[in-house]
Order: sequence, then structure tokens, then C-alpha cells
Amino acid sequence: MLMDTQTIRSTMTDVSPRKTGAPVVLENLTRQFGTAKALDGFTLNIAPGEFVALLGPSGCGKTTALRVLAGFERPDIGRVTVDGHDVVHVPAQKRDMGMVFQSYSLFPNMSARDNVAFGLQLRHQRSAPRRARADELLDLVGLSEHTTKYPHQLSGGQQQRVALARALAIEPRVLLLDEPLSALDAKVRAELRDQIRALQQRLMITTVFVTHDQEEALSMADRVCVMSRGRAEQIATPAELYSKPSTEFVAQFVGISSRVAVERNGDSVGLFGREVKIRGDVPQGTESLDALLRPEDVDVIVAPTGLGIITHKSFLGATTRLEVGIAGASVKADILSSGADVFELGTRVDLVANARDVLVTASRPTI
Amino acid sequence: MASLELGQAIQGEALMDSYSRGNPSARRIKRVRWGRGTALFLAALYFIVPFYAAMQFCLQDVNGHFTLQTFTQIAQAPGFYSALWLSTQLAVATMAIVLILMVPTMIYVHLRMPRFRRVMEVITILPIVIPPIVLIVGVDGVTPLWLKSSQWLLALIYVVLAMPYVYRSLDAGLGAIDLKTLVEAARSLGSGWVSIIWRVLIPNLRSALLSASVLTLALVFGEFTIASLDGWTTIPVWIYLTPTTNPRINTLVAMMALLGTALVLMLIVSFDRKSHLRRS
Repeated sequence: MLMDTQTIRSTMTDVSPRKTGAPVVLENLTRQFGTAKALDGFTLNIAPGEFVALLGPSGCGKTTALRVLAGFERPDIGRVTVDGHDVVHVPAQKRDMGMVFQSYSLFPNMSARDNVAFGLQLRHQRSAPRRARADELLDLVGLSEHTTKYPHQLSGGQQQRVALARALAIEPRVLLLDEPLSALDAKVRAELRDQIRALQQRLMITTVFVTHDQEEALSMADRVCVMSRGRAEQIATPAELYSKPSTEFVAQFVGISSRVAVERNGDSVGLFGREVKIRGDVPQGTESLDALLRPEDVDVIVAPTGLGIITHKSFLGATTRLEVGIAGASVKADILSSGADVFELGTRVDLVANARDVLVTASRPTI
Repeated sequence: MASLELGQAIQGEALMDSYSRGNPSARRIKRVRWGRGTALFLAALYFIVPFYAAMQFCLQDVNGHFTLQTFTQIAQAPGFYSALWLSTQLAVATMAIVLILMVPTMIYVHLRMPRFRRVMEVITILPIVIPPIVLIVGVDGVTPLWLKSSQWLLALIYVVLAMPYVYRSLDAGLGAIDLKTLVEAARSLGSGWVSIIWRVLIPNLRSALLSASVLTLALVFGEFTIASLDGWTTIPVWIYLTPTTNPRINTLVAMMALLGTALVLMLIVSFDRKSHLRRS
């Protein structure tokens, strides 16, 4: 049985080891594998106790960045400082960082309790307190009834919670999470996500979380670092990242964006008959521009003489997503499901922009 | 009531029978089972008949009566115990050296040089390809004098001979676990390499280590050419050298060596299974 977030908060009494985490600075990291640059001048500052998610597509360098921080990879160039000390040449086993891996990493020959106690044993903690601490942590992650079970007797979610308890047992300076939820089913993933966040907030441990799932990153992290080609595209709070993406890549990668050709009028663009302010810089030397719109940036109105036509309709629960074909573009718009009945495939509609400002980028060449 | 149940049972059986008669996949399964059984029976015959014949030969006197006299004759035969002791020492030394050499090497190759696995596979096959006579002549040419007269030279040669079997056992064992993740998890918790190998990897490679050990044991107890050329009386050499006034002795010792290895193998496998079940 999974413990809910509230239960974690109430049971966290003596288990919190360190009340504040360590500051972490990744500075101008470059790491090359053959001809491929996994990291290309990557820089990130993490405040003590902060939860930062590294988000990006496969091959963007997020896992390499985490592995450099963990000590499993050495950067070609750059510095890694934890608590003000450069740790680039410190081996992984001396960095004092707890890590939870994507694949189940429990030691198959040890019970859940022995797995959690492993790090404490290496620190020469005596048997009785070691055992007590392991049981405490297993209780914390809701596995007090499974202490003597071996990994193959536990479900995937239970194994990851044991791995989390094991990582926390050593009172790490930094907690590293390498896509720990990706192998779990949706329900367990959502529950464990909340559990990890609650634990992190209670322990105030500096945490770096690698994921390619934007929903996970946006819902868990204090700040999200979107990565592309070994660099940080944007580092911002989830709300800022979503509402004010600074680059086209971020706008396309985080959330859903539709691309609509627009004409510039000074510091604004004409969008579905309205003038909308341009957010950020306008690409220099480009004549034709596209606006990147979120599904909630446009309203859809049924209009028999409208220019748009509904081409696709997906029920998403509370909202329904419509795809409207208009002036050669396909625009996604979210509406409340309660009022979605009037929008059938083929219905003629008009679009109205409701955004205060909009990100503008150079038009893509048509092939 | 009883007759009704009986009637239903007969009806069910008839249904099953007609089902298996009419169903091609059921017929195929039946055929496969028969085929397997026959193959197993023939293979068992291939091993059991000569073994039975040899044992019968050893355990009966000239008049055809059952006797255990050959066992006492073995115990009294000159040189038997020293040959057994030498073979045991060599087996233990070979197992220890080959595992100490191969376990860290294989872990390193799997972790850091996975592309080198192919090369290593080829290298470890060489002792099978190179004839023992070539091997011993080559070794003799490069061995320092102080080692030439030592029995441990034989152990070192056996280490090379055991490599193909040990390599394959360990390769399969390492391939069956998520080596990289286990090592990194242990390192992140503060474990050094010795501790990782001892506490995390060896317990999870137990089956592979056991099979490597048994194969090495079988190799040492069965190797004749190199021991003979190097002038050491191991068990196979002793069997060959013992005067053939009573061939029952030689045959029984060979059978005992075979049985002994099989027994050790069974003990190890059952111990491994029991401890696995205990954990489950």
C-alpha cells in the first residue's frame, strides 16, 4: 500500500537527517563521446534544498549531466562544485550522493532491509541502530511490512521505494533521481511522484531529477532546466516555462504549441483579427514570422461562415482538444468538455486569440 | 449419484480423448513428448550402459561374485594417496587462481571495455585449439628454472586450460545481471571496488562461479597429457602408470573420479537451489 503525502508529512519525525541540502554548481560542462557532444558548455546553479528537474528529449545530455554530478562520468571541461568544493576529481563513492536509478537497482541477494542498511554498513554503523534506521526509512516509504522481502518478491513500485529509502539512508548531500518512475505503470507513477516530492520538501534535500516526461518535471520540480544538444535552453519555474517559453524549442517541447503565420505590426502581431504583443525578441532579418500558440491561447466559436474547420476532436477528461484547420495551419485549442457537444468534425468555426502576448519565431520554410 | 459421477467422468474422458485425437496441436504435443522421452532414454543408455559394465567389472571377482575387494586394493596401491592429494591441491589452486584472475578481469571488460569481449572470447578459445604438447613445450621454454621443478607450474598451466570454461560461465553470469546499475548503485552508496565485488557481485554470480569451479575441478582431475609430460603423478597419470596386473583398480579409480566430480556438481547445485529457495 502506498502512503499518501499527508501520511509522509506526519510520520516524518526523527527520520529527517539533514534539514538543508548543499548548493550545487555545474559550470560550463563539456563532455564528448567520440564525435558526439553530450554536454556542450552546460551550466546550472542549484540552491540548497532545491528540486531541479532536467528535462529534454533523448540524447539531449540530461543523463550525462546527472552522471557527471554523481561522479560516474568525468567532464572534458568544466567544474562541479558541491557546497563550494570542486568535486570533479572526487570518486563517486566519496561524493556522498544518494541515487535512484531508472532500472531496478536493488541488490538481488539482499532483503529490503539489508539493501537500505547497505550504505550504513559501509559507514561502520553498528548493527542495532543500522537496522532501526533501515526499518524507519522503509516505514517512511510505506514498506514496513516488507522489510524481509527480497527484490524479486516486490513489485516495481515497491522496489523503487526501497531504492529511494536506500538513497536517503546515507543522509546524502544531494539526491539524484535518474528517471526513477519511467518503468512504472501510470497509477503507481503518479503516487510515487507525489511521495518523492513530499519527502524532498520535508527533508529539504537538494535534488536533481532527470526525466523526459514534462508532466513529471512540471509537477514535481521547483525549477525545470530544459536541455537540448547538451545545453540548457531555459531554466525557469514550471509556470514560467509553460507560459513564457524563451525559445522555440522550449515552446515546442514543453506543452502543446501550434504554429500560425502572422504579420508584424511594430511590437505586436496580427492574430485572428486581434493585435497581440510580441513576447521576447523578434528574430532579426526575417520577413515572415510564425506565432507559437498554446491550446488555451485561443477560443473557438461556432460560425457557419467561419474560416476554420474542425478536423480532429479528442476527449481529455475535463477538457476536449479541438484541431482547427485554418489558413493552411492546424491550430490546437482546448475547450471545456461540458460545452464540446456543439463542435463536431467538419463544423465551421472562427478562432479568437485571448493571449496577452505571444512567442514569435521565424517561419519554417515550406517544402 | 455415484453412477452419475462415473458417467460424467467417462463422458469427460471420452471428450478429452476425442479432443486430443481431433486436435492437431494436441497430437503434436504428444509426439514431441514421446520424442523427448525417447531421446532422453537413448542418451541415458549411452552413459549408463558403459558405466554399469565398468562398475560390474570392478565389483566382481574372477568367479563373477560381487566383491568390494578392489576398494581395499586401491587403498593399498602404492602412490594412490599422493596422486589424489596432488590432484586435489592442483584443483584448489587452479580454481583459486583462475577465479581471482578472471572475476575482476571479466567485470572490468563487461563494464569498461564491452567491445573487447569478442577478442577475449577468441583468446580464451586458444587453449582448446592449441595441442597440449605445443603448450607444454612453449611453457617450458619461458619458465624460470625455480618454477620448473614446482608443482605449481602445473596449476598455472591448468589456469590457462580452464580459461575457456571459466570465461563462458562468468560471461553468462555477468550477462544475466544488470552489472552497470548494481555497481553504480553500490558506488553511490559509498562502496569501494573490493566491497562491490565481495558483497554485491560475487553473491549474485554464485551460480556462474560454482559452474566455473566444477568445470575446473573436472578438468584438473581428468587432465593427463600435460601432467604426464611435466612429470607429475596426478590421478590420471597414476591410473596410467599403475601396473595392469589388476585392471579393476585402474577402472574403479577412473569411475570414482567421474562419480566424485558428478557428486560435487550435484552437491553444489542442490546447495545453490536450497539457498535460493530459502531466500524465496
